[in-house]
Amino acid sequence: MADQKPKNPEKHSTYLPPMSEKKSSKPFHDTPMLDELESGPWPSFVTGLKRLAMDNDMMVDLLGQLEHSYKTRLGYWKGGTVSVFGYGGGIIPRFTELMDTDGKPMFPESKEFHTLRVQPPAGNHYTTDMLRQLSNSWNKYGSGLIAFHGQTGNIMFIGSTTDNTQHFFDEINEYGWDLGGAGPCVRTAMSCVGAARCEQSCANEQKIHRLLVNNFIDDMHRPALPYKFKFKVSGCPNDCMNSIQRADFAVIGTWRDDMKVDQGEVKAFVERKSRKYVIDNVVSRCPTNALSLNDDDTMTVDNRNCVRCMHCINVMTKALSPGDDKGVSILMGGKRTLKIGDTMGTVIVPFMKLETDEDYEQLQEMAEEVIDFWAENALEHERIGETIERIGLVNFLEGVGIEVDPNMINYPRTSSYVRMDTWDEEADKWNQRKAAG
Amino acid sequence: MTEKATPRSPIETGCPDGMQYLHPTYLKNYGMWKYHDRPRPGVLHHVAESGDEVWTVRVGTQRQLGPFELNLLCDIIDKYADGYVRFTIRSNMEISVTDESKVEPLIEALTDAGYPVGGTGNSVTMISHTQGWLHCDIPGTDASGVVKAMMDDLHDEFINETMPNRVHITTSCCQINCGGQGDIAINVQHTKPPKINHDLVANVCERPSVVARCPVAAIRPAMVNGKPSLEVDEKKCICCGACFPPCPPMQINDSEHTKLAIWVGGKNSNARSKPMFHKLVAAGIPNNPPRWPEANDIVKKILKVYKEDALEWERVGDWVERIGWPRFFELTELPFTKFHIDNWRGSRYTLNASAHVRF
Ligand code: HEM
Ligand code: SF4
Ligand code: SF4
Ligand code: SF4
Ligand code: SF4
Repeated sequence: MADQKPKNPEKHSTYLPPMSEKKSSKPFHDTPMLDELESGPWPSFVTGLKRLAMDNDMMVDLLGQLEHSYKTRLGYWKGGTVSVFGYGGGIIPRFTELMDTDGKPMFPESKEFHTLRVQPPAGNHYTTDMLRQLSNSWNKYGSGLIAFHGQTGNIMFIGSTTDNTQHFFDEINEYGWDLGGAGPCVRTAMSCVGAARCEQSCANEQKIHRLLVNNFIDDMHRPALPYKFKFKVSGCPNDCMNSIQRADFAVIGTWRDDMKVDQGEVKAFVERKSRKYVIDNVVSRCPTNALSLNDDDTMTVDNRNCVRCMHCINVMTKALSPGDDKGVSILMGGKRTLKIGDTMGTVIVPFMKLETDEDYEQLQEMAEEVIDFWAENALEHERIGETIERIGLVNFLEGVGIEVDPNMINYPRTSSYVRMDTWDEEADKWNQRKAAG
Repeated sequence: MTEKATPRSPIETGCPDGMQYLHPTYLKNYGMWKYHDRPRPGVLHHVAESGDEVWTVRVGTQRQLGPFELNLLCDIIDKYADGYVRFTIRSNMEISVTDESKVEPLIEALTDAGYPVGGTGNSVTMISHTQGWLHCDIPGTDASGVVKAMMDDLHDEFINETMPNRVHITTSCCQINCGGQGDIAINVQHTKPPKINHDLVANVCERPSVVARCPVAAIRPAMVNGKPSLEVDEKKCICCGACFPPCPPMQINDSEHTKLAIWVGGKNSNARSKPMFHKLVAAGIPNNPPRWPEANDIVKKILKVYKEDALEWERVGDWVERIGWPRFFELTELPFTKFHIDNWRGSRYTLNASAHVRF
């Protein structure tokens, strides 16, 4: 497949121009280990780096340093401080640590190799014109290499000197691009494709994403929070953005009325796939046994017990779809291992409508309340999931003014070691809330 | 030239408005899509309430793109599609066309340019990709190289849809794990405590915050050779590397003792089961550039067993939950060791408190 000769070698991911076209002045370093990553069917980043090295010495030396890492199995970058005028964050400074015996950099042309984190639009949409424009600007001031995208969600412009980070930022900032976060601050957010092209979306990801992040733009550019804070938006519980596990504040589209069933399409699906397929792969996979295939090949959904897991809708995309009374669930506290171990986000708001301007304002105010509370109460370097773990969910809810709800738990407490002398007041609150409807 | 100029103040626009970059058919039918299907691997077909249709071709990339790659791909998108493109969270490009007859020529052009079309439905899609030696300051291994080596081997699984359900693989080049959860995750695992350069600690590190960073309280301030430094209780140390980012003189990476570990069963979706964390299945795997064959072999073995044994729609985590861990270790022929039994906070809940035993 990939070892077949390309039809047009000059327009192929494996293309390397002849050495006669080399514009960079430094000769290539030997890179026997990296060279082994040029074969095989997947497009090779090594060939990409070499093409760039044909044009600039920074990439010649970068390849040298990378090969050295492959040989010694060690990394050689260290951090530092670089920022653009007016901002405290958004740039990841990188200086080489590889020095020769005289203390001079072994790979001087890439001794400064900083990255700029730039916020993409929600859903990572571009026109080809815009991609070319960004690429041209980066070619002018940086290595030419761009990562689409980092794991937090930024466009990462990899490899520039301290001076050029400023020039590059000035140029792209003029045509609408801004830096993302780095350090203890609100970080760049991520959203799924959602309403733009996915029928399962129950939310306006574009609007939620910008509303949340752009409200904290000062916190993003001037890191002064206890630690990082990430928003992610998924249009439905398939959670294509992995927000429950990876976001401090996950917004997930859902619905609270009945799911829509097109019985004609259900019958057509059964006809096409067989009753056995539908029973084995749809009905019996529902986590709450909320589905029943009727004798006439129609489907009954027990909507009160459907937990909106999305499975049946994923399988029967034409027959089943989310309801019309849409909104979002909000979960908080997802993060990876450091320091208390992994935490998934947990339900803080089971359901919230996002329709009117007031609804969106309420979402914005809640995010402010939560970040304020966390900023005041967290220990240094503590993600919000850890703060909640340390002080307990109830103290957190009281701090941010959110009422308890049984959707927040898997099951009630099993330990009797708790003091409950205000039981009557608390029960009263619940009854009043229920009466208020 | 511009030395004397006053610095330019940033325009704090934040996240740009995505609506301006949406394919016109996306924009017109925003929030009003009806259903989708997959006519073939690598292609999604979406139909809107209005009757409008788009076909989307998904194509794998190497994530790090230079002007050659970007222009090559943009030329194809301009010529064979509509000039709009989006990226998935796994660095695949999605290129939409409104005319079905454009799909095959677009796929052919991408394939001819050496870019694989696939990654949809029940395929092994692109590995989520961190930075590694190319650019991070704390990595124990590379990221782009691991991904390239593995995707070469998994190319057929990328361009076909023959797995029981989708497979999301992640890699991480330190134990921070910015690659996140995966059906299969290949992550660095250090096996020796940090080596401390005591000459540098006092100058470079804010000692109290380094002490506070350690998850097992193994670090304490100490005077070493008359200089204020830090000391690690090596019996307590779990070799996590958390002290290394705030204090680079506490070098955790080692060319021999930095190993790889493989984890399975992570799942972010809420479909069927609740989201799950991935769990340790193999460790002590050599960190072996440039192609990491030992890690690759274990991943392929797990995928092979999963493909043969899982039911349709079962993600790796769902599958193991059904067949149980004893069967998982039996089928994959991976050793089960004392290290698989968790001893971190809350680990009691990972033990089997029942008479449910598998034979
Ligand atoms: C000291 C150096 C560190 C560097 C250079 C670094 C670099 C990065 C980069 C470049 C990304 C992708 C960012 C993007 O999309 O723009 C990332 C993501 C991430 N980092 Fe770091 N990181 C560092 C420390 C940490 C620490 C200390 C933690 C956690 C304790 C951490 C946790 C994560 C996580 C969980 C993600 C991805 C999560 C998500 O999906 O949002 N990183 N890191
Ligand atoms: S999270 Fe849901 S709405 Fe968003 S892209 Fe995935 S399936 Fe579609
Ligand atoms: S969405 Fe999930 S919980 Fe609801 S009926 Fe379908 S399978 Fe059951
Ligand atoms: S996983 Fe660790 S080493 Fe790799 S890029 Fe992320 S922070 Fe850096
Ligand atoms: S490696 Fe981890 S456990 Fe060991 S001293 Fe450093 S922070 Fe503590």
